[in-house]
Amino acid sequence: MNKRLIWRKAVNGVMLTLTGVCTIGTVSVLFLILGCLIYQGGRSLSLDFFTKLPVPVGELGGGMANAIVGTFQIVGVASLIGIPIGFLAGIYLAEYDDKRFGFLVRYVADLLNGVPSIVVGILAWTLVVLPMHHNSGLAGSIALSVMLIPIVTRQTEQFLREVPLALREGALALGASKWKMIVSVVVPAGSKGILTGMILGVARISGESAPLLFTALGNQYWGGLNEPTASLPVMIYKYATSPFDDWHQQAWAAGLVLIGMVLTANIVARMVLARGVSVPRG
Amino acid sequence: MASQAAVASQPVTKSMTHAGDLVARVTTFFFAALILGITLLLVYQLYVSSAPARAALGFGFLTSSEWNPVTDQFGAAPFIYGTVVTSLVAMLISVPLGLGAAIFLSELAPARISNALTFVIELLAAIPSVIYGLLAIFTLVPLMRKEVEPFLKHTFGFLPLFKGPAYGVGFLTAGLVLAIMTIPFVISVSRESLLAVPREQREAALALGATRWESTWQIVVPYAKLGIVGSVFLGLARALGETMAVTMVIGNVPRINFSLLAPGYSIAAVIANEFSEAGGKIHPAALVELGLVLFFLTILINSGARLMIIATTRKGSKRA
Repeated sequence: MNKRLIWRKAVNGVMLTLTGVCTIGTVSVLFLILGCLIYQGGRSLSLDFFTKLPVPVGELGGGMANAIVGTFQIVGVASLIGIPIGFLAGIYLAEYDDKRFGFLVRYVADLLNGVPSIVVGILAWTLVVLPMHHNSGLAGSIALSVMLIPIVTRQTEQFLREVPLALREGALALGASKWKMIVSVVVPAGSKGILTGMILGVARISGESAPLLFTALGNQYWGGLNEPTASLPVMIYKYATSPFDDWHQQAWAAGLVLIGMVLTANIVARMVLARGVSVPRG
Repeated sequence: MASQAAVASQPVTKSMTHAGDLVARVTTFFFAALILGITLLLVYQLYVSSAPARAALGFGFLTSSEWNPVTDQFGAAPFIYGTVVTSLVAMLISVPLGLGAAIFLSELAPARISNALTFVIELLAAIPSVIYGLLAIFTLVPLMRKEVEPFLKHTFGFLPLFKGPAYGVGFLTAGLVLAIMTIPFVISVSRESLLAVPREQREAALALGATRWESTWQIVVPYAKLGIVGSVFLGLARALGETMAVTMVIGNVPRINFSLLAPGYSIAAVIANEFSEAGGKIHPAALVELGLVLFFLTILINSGARLMIIATTRKGSKRA
């Protein structure tokens, strides 16, 4: 072998190894994060955390029951608003697409998906908090639903497009009208993927705190959606940035619960529902 | 016109189903149009709500670096600076790492391992940003303060980039957290663009005697260039708009400082910190105007990224 070839082989070996190192480094971050959360959060997690209200600084114990329920309320209402809108818009894009308008909606949906969540929070603040003159969980739901709509739209469209043409032609040949074909053949055929997309979208918005900061605000007590509502992500932020050690421990516990919820939803959605279905990202 | 004539000549049941078709089409069209409506509403609300600040401050808002709500002085420069600097630091770290990992996943790893690792990386993208902030406050910040920043000062202290006391919080730490958060986006989009490169390109390079790395770096990567650049821009847009993790580690001091070790502020962070307590007329409007600036920054970068990604995937699918 001449020197040039040895050099080229060496470069080849070194660079290929480096790409492997990059991969291992990135993947290990997830396990570092999980390990840290389980170690720190596990120490301060107890049954009280799920059943009791937060206590003032200095008192021991207490939990975040109201924030857990609050998160479910806010995200639940956001899903009730966002999922139907996104789903129907997705059907339009996949089934009734005339080239130009469809392209525009698709492009704008992707842009809306990329708008920083804090800016979406400002929108909800101007639409709900300003006219009502007070913060409310409902305003938080509106903000989260605006984030959810483009996600569900694009996922629905993507999975409907994967439904084979032969199925559609079969339905039409049997005399079904177009909307009958969509409702009874195309949507059921794509339902697994669509459901996966919806779960992933809901999981994503349930971890959001920025759009809730000045809409849902927070609450140390129980509250309805018409009042300021506590949520886990906002509680984590408040407690982690406070100067109190007790609160830091509570923040770790809340972090463990939140990541448990989000990752479980992700894993269930991708593995159980989507066997053999590729999940597009965006 | 032809379809109307057809409807008229059909029996009643048939025209009923056509009516159903029309209802379905109009309903779904309405919701598709609603997405456009929401986006326009977003722009309109940001524009209208920031009007008092624009009237009072004019273009000086963007260039002034004084921020003092008590005396009604509002300058956006320190926040824009902080947002841009932390995002650039993030991209400097996440692009080489992400591209390297994407090459490994698309070119070297067997399909099963590649898919499993990609799954893990996508979980990384699903972690809420407040969790990154929580971990950064209690693990990364002490580490930076005690180990990394003193080392950087000791070794590269002659550069203006690494001057001043080591606080632990600041541009560098925020950039580092953003890097970790943007890597999954860079990896997954780059990997898809690399996978879309036709097999023949690799085979031709290898047949001409190129090593594996040469075929990857000189043939495959340039072929997927647009998609990779798109993934970088997508990651950049995420970094610019990222709020919680940055707010928790940037230090929240509205000052322009050339040292990366110094504490700073970002657009998203100041909105998060001050919006709920902003009083008077101009303060909230100034914060909304900052939101408008952030909105246009991310829209600009995102739309560029989308166009590039659309262009590469089309190219790939046409030739494959």
